[in-house]
Amino acid sequence: MEEALFFLSALGALGGAVGVIAMRNPFYSVLALIVHLFSLASLFLLLTSAFVAAAQVVVYAGAVMVLYVFVVAYVGGGGESAWEPIPGQRFLAPLLGIALFVELSVAVLSSSLLALGTDRPDVKAGFGDPAAIGTLLLEKFLLPFEASSLLLLLAAVGAIVLAGRRREAA
Amino acid sequence: MTIEWFVVLSALLFATGAIGILIRRSPLVILLCLELMLNAGNLALVAFSRMVGNEEGQVFAVIVMVVAACEVVVGLGLIVAIFRRRLPLNVDDLRELRG
Repeated sequence: MEEALFFLSALGALGGAVGVIAMRNPFYSVLALIVHLFSLASLFLLLTSAFVAAAQVVVYAGAVMVLYVFVVAYVGGGGESAWEPIPGQRFLAPLLGIALFVELSVAVLSSSLLALGTDRPDVKAGFGDPAAIGTLLLEKFLLPFEASSLLLLLAAVGAIVLAGRRREAA
Repeated sequence: MTIEWFVVLSALLFATGAIGILIRRSPLVILLCLELMLNAGNLALVAFSRMVGNEEGQVFAVIVMVVAACEVVVGLGLIVAIFRRRLPLNVDDLRELRG
């Protein structure tokens, strides 16, 4: 049952990722990314991290993707030119990507992390629920928490400055 | 399912995002591919947090999500600004840092 759920979610995540890079129209790329994010949320649930999965669905698939859809609708999906500044780029890039995957896998799997090959260890009942994450965020990681809230504020102000309609000064 | 499966899947998703950044031209799709790579990192963080058995990695993943949201907001603001100035939405044509 668990294996079936893992492979189903992995297939969804991978299919969504390939859809993002293969679709010609950016609007379909955004829709493929939503499939990817939902599959990833179910993978997070398999790793007993309920809060991260919920945040993934609410923040990413909910809020951020709505932003993307609005901007794609505003800008419009133009077709990309077939001109290649580097000859053979479309052919070389997947090869380099596969090389990166093999390299990452070898680096992780041949590391001395002995617990990698074991099944997920048993954890206590409330592992990864909102209460546990909230306690950690507000006690041990208070400074990163406040820093990220400041970062969000800065990003919001920056986006308004960048995209806002400015008066023509000169 | 052992932790290995999750980590290898995360490496595969990261490589997919990297391929997307290399072959696509539209800045919108490149931002989407950046999201793919950040989410692959998140998957690895959560998997390792599950392996070790404490939730600190999940807190890290939540912070990564916040940073990704900020990056998306600023990136989309830039794209809207590029579009307003009637510049081409193509990263190969936008090579000069000239206003």
